[in-house]
Amino acid sequence: MIWLGLDTSNLPLSAALVRDGELLVELNSAVGLNHSEGAMPAVDELFGRAGLAPSDIDAIAVAEGPGSYTGVRIGVTIAKTLAWTLDKPLTGVSSLRVLAANVLSPDVTICPLIDARRGNVFAGLYKRTRQGTIEVVEEDRHQAFSDLLDRLGEGEGPVVFLGPGASVHWETAGEALGHRAVRAHAGQDIPRASLLIDEAQNLPPVGDLHSFTPEYRRIPEAVSNWRKSQEGNVPDGR
Amino acid sequence: MKDIYILGIETSCDETAASVVRNGREIVSNVVASQIESHKRFGGVVPEVASRHHVEQITLVIEQALREAGITPGGLNAVAVTQGPGLVGALLVGVNAAKAFAFAHGLPVIGVHHIAGHVYANRLAGGMEFPLVALIISGGHTELVYMERDGSFELIGETRDDAAGEAYDKVARILGLPYPGGPHIDRLAHEAEESVKFPRAWLEDGSYDFSFSGLKSAVINYVHNANQKGETVDPAKVAAGFQESVVEVVTGKTVRAAKAFGVQQVIAAGGVAANRGLRDSLAEALGKEEIEFHVPPLNLCTDNAAMIAAAGSSMFEAGVRGDLRMNGKPGLELLGWTAENEQKNR
Ligand SMILES: [Zn+2]
Repeated sequence: MIWLGLDTSNLPLSAALVRDGELLVELNSAVGLNHSEGAMPAVDELFGRAGLAPSDIDAIAVAEGPGSYTGVRIGVTIAKTLAWTLDKPLTGVSSLRVLAANVLSPDVTICPLIDARRGNVFAGLYKRTRQGTIEVVEEDRHQAFSDLLDRLGEGEGPVVFLGPGASVHWETAGEALGHRAVRAHAGQDIPRASLLIDEAQNLPPVGDLHSFTPEYRRIPEAVSNWRKSQEGNVPDGR
Repeated sequence: MKDIYILGIETSCDETAASVVRNGREIVSNVVASQIESHKRFGGVVPEVASRHHVEQITLVIEQALREAGITPGGLNAVAVTQGPGLVGALLVGVNAAKAFAFAHGLPVIGVHHIAGHVYANRLAGGMEFPLVALIISGGHTELVYMERDGSFELIGETRDDAAGEAYDKVARILGLPYPGGPHIDRLAHEAEESVKFPRAWLEDGSYDFSFSGLKSAVINYVHNANQKGETVDPAKVAAGFQESVVEVVTGKTVRAAKAFGVQQVIAAGGVAANRGLRDSLAEALGKEEIEFHVPPLNLCTDNAAMIAAAGSSMFEAGVRGDLRMNGKPGLELLGWTAENEQKNR
């Protein structure tokens, strides 16, 4: 079973091919990236290095967000187009869960962070079980970081902060949680497509490929403004 | 000679479209998923909303285009996709879907200029006879282009401020007409028995450039003054006056360009080319000069992917190929693809 994995949901790019749980090739980069230019050449390079053709793969995994709207859209568009046209199953994995998978020790609270400006973050809470699987403790959402810290303050045990938003908010986290706050090392702030594939193997594939879209976790400003203007008269819309 | 089949993909604004075209001239399938209903509530296209809709539609639309054409990816020669200009987030969806699809099947991918697409829509509807002058007139463009032959473009005039379609939308908003405003103004102008006289922006002698912001301001002032005096504004009279000014200037400059460049044919392209008042005026004025006037049917005037496949076919035959690094370019320049142009572009 050969998996292709792709994460372009934030500034770094990660792409990997994994065969039967063993890594064949992984490309990671965190500098000078434009995913629209770089993602497909990276995928092409993976296949070239592994000596495989696109149709040789059996499944595709993609980071589905949250993250940069544009970044997530590029990864999801590439993954769903490949999955549809090659007729392979596709599994979307939370971009935050992929980051959480960078922490291998069990039982600690894992808090991956993506900065969303003005004191806000995209964040979820995760834990690795003693069996080695990643468990969701609190669903991903767009939230004020201070609210998240308030909730974390009521709990106990260490909380590991990591991800592209961790350096921005680390100081605040330390002030709020004291010695309970643990900063992951910089290498763990970058998503790994091989770990994305690990997670995808334990999740159900997408039912209807065509309707697969990113988990933005936030509606566009124009839509929220429009909804407010409708004063409670809210039809279903995006 | 073997037939050439090109898959076209277009996502530069608010239509997600895919099409298969044979030999650059025959439409085999042409699928357009419009988002217009979604954007109406905002009174215009919201880029982030447009990008999200493109991701929802893109594979569905490509699948339908292939199914209706009765063709498998193996039967295609290349994938042509709108590379720009347009909304950057929207372009990226089409460009990356095109690259992924092309990669999956070992096909070349070709980046097409959206306006070249509008021009080549004419090839799907009866042909292009060179040399010609093309009038490109839409919500994003108002341009006069001289084409000496297939794949060569020389920009001879363009708008210095608003595109004609933009001016239509703004005037429609002032008159309280729904979005998009163009068709409503066109209809009202035909119903009107008299019109308000608005200025004509001819600019300096011999210029083929356009300007619509002065006209737009004149309409705003007229409505504002009437409101101040407590007079009711007749939208039909204003629409007719506005359209007369646009049509007279656009027709005048187009005919003058056609004569100056000694062409046999003028073609029109873009959403505003569907405007009845403009079509009638161009047909009449060019008819008097015995210059052939060609405008594609409505569904090929508005954004579609068949036009992208048509332009892409001409590029494919000229040997143009993109690669997997290809990116969407919101400000892409219109350059030709003849050998001389290739030299110039280097
Ligand atoms: Zn257009």
